Amino acid sequence: MNELWTYLEANWTQIRGWTLTTLWLAAVPVMAGLVLALPCGWLAHRYRWAHGPFVSAMSIVYTVPSLVMFLVLPELLGTKILDPVNVVAALTLYTFALLVRTVADGLASVPAHTLATAAAMGHTARQQLLSVQLPLAVPVIGAGVRVAAVSNASLVSVASVVGTSQLGQLFIAGNNVGSLAPIILGLVFFVTIALAFDLIIVIITRLLTPWHKAVAS
Amino acid sequence: MIRFDSVTKGYPDGTLAVDNLSLDAPSGQISVLVGPSGCGKTTSLRMVNRMIEPTSGRVLLDGRDTASIEPAELRRGIGYVIQQAGLFPHKTVLDNIATVPLLLGRSKREARNRAAELLELVGLPQTLAGRYPVQLSGGQQQRVGVARALAADPPVMLMDEPFSAVDPVVREQLQNEFLRIQAELSKTIIFVTHDIDEAIKLGDKIAVMRVGGTLAQFSPPAELLSRPRDEFVAGFVGRDRGYRALSFASTGPLPLAEEPTVRLGDPLSAAREREKDGWILVVGQDDAPLGWLAAGGLTDEQAKGSAGTDLLNLGGTLATKAGTLREALDAALSSPSGRGVIVHEDGRFAGTVTASQVLARIETRATRLREGAIRSATGVCS
Repeated sequence: MNELWTYLEANWTQIRGWTLTTLWLAAVPVMAGLVLALPCGWLAHRYRWAHGPFVSAMSIVYTVPSLVMFLVLPELLGTKILDPVNVVAALTLYTFALLVRTVADGLASVPAHTLATAAAMGHTARQQLLSVQLPLAVPVIGAGVRVAAVSNASLVSVASVVGTSQLGQLFIAGNNVGSLAPIILGLVFFVTIALAFDLIIVIITRLLTPWHKAVAS
Repeated sequence: MIRFDSVTKGYPDGTLAVDNLSLDAPSGQISVLVGPSGCGKTTSLRMVNRMIEPTSGRVLLDGRDTASIEPAELRRGIGYVIQQAGLFPHKTVLDNIATVPLLLGRSKREARNRAAELLELVGLPQTLAGRYPVQLSGGQQQRVGVARALAADPPVMLMDEPFSAVDPVVREQLQNEFLRIQAELSKTIIFVTHDIDEAIKLGDKIAVMRVGGTLAQFSPPAELLSRPRDEFVAGFVGRDRGYRALSFASTGPLPLAEEPTVRLGDPLSAAREREKDGWILVVGQDDAPLGWLAAGGLTDEQAKGSAGTDLLNLGGTLATKAGTLREALDAALSSPSGRGVIVHEDGRFAGTVTASQVLARIETRATRLREGAIRSATGVCS
């Protein structure tokens, strides 16, 4: 315990910088991935023929090992290997791959009779989507975003192998000097960040779905 | 008026859901579509607001072809109520009711004020305004469904088995309140049900449909009961249609007999002195009948007490003076004393009738109807 504290104090400036980098590297892709997944998930839901190929393609993207992704993306994007943009792009792609299916499932979870009623009340297709279908899909989409956010937080650490400077460096440092302190410290930081993200998403989901509590109780 | 003009709905496999339906649902009245499952009644209903498009034929709203009206616009002008209400689970009661006014571009405040008014119209307390649909009972949800359909004050309402998912007691309440609201608002309503009793109770006109989507008969309820056009309609309308037809016959002036009564709490000795054939009617402070007391069977010991509610026989039904022959006959048949209790409109006791007196009235009426039927039948032949 003491050892951890000493290490933290000695390297505080650096660790603080890494923490901030880790936070945005993990957070930005979740938001970007969700924003991209919403229209594509809708397309996959709306056009049945698109659903199968779309979802399969995304599953394949998701199986590409993250390290490969970090190494290949700079080639494709023309960025430098150390550029944090590579990490953001890779994680955005993962989040997107995961959430397209979640969004499609979420939209499909809305009962057909609820949508039929919305149509019969005089909602246009667009109003149906925005004021009935999407709000009702939030619990399912929220659950998917939680999974994506937590997995993103841990994937960020892998990026340290390619040299992106963030909290993952603690694991490299620990390995290099043969000390457990930085490794344990890194673990604590990543778990805390993952839990904090999870909590924030749960809170946002609750705020967006005051009715869902009523359904559950 | 809603006019179905030779409307057919067929499917690619060749089956017909609705086959050449022509009927006029009159303005300001309730037209009920009734029939067994698969008779196309719901399909017909949904062709009015273009949730389903007819294969051929036209549906006209006050002379205007619905096919020429943009669906969303058409639907905002037509109230729609379905089984289990179909409320939006993510919206509060108030926001559910405000749905169509908001779609029509009213301000949020105006729409909510209107919704609060409607909550009252359908008999729900304002305390429910902020609840979500799952927090309501089935009956309350159904009321919200009706309020939502009425929110933009549409001249036309479509109702698809709106009361079939609630228990019989609640259903009867909802039906009665629906009739009260309709008496006030006079909407042009098409109402779908599979329940012939509900059809007869609510319908100004009833369309009986048969499997295959053809119209078997379109008549006012009394005519449907007294003159079913064919075997199918007769069978569908049911066995006790002769008795049920009495629901549409007003009693006229009944020969009311005077009846000795005691008030609740009076000494039982008084009840025993005044009983007639062993029974005496007990009334409340407001003269409303409460039940029959078997005063003839009281022992001297028992007669020292007073007339309490625990001693009352509640088996008898009540009929109003301006009610129907069915109510009057039922009151007489169900009364433990054999004397049917008739009350004024305000619930005060008016007098009693016996079953034979009501039957005599029924006989007189039937004779008159028979003579009328013979005249019209010979009129058709000549």
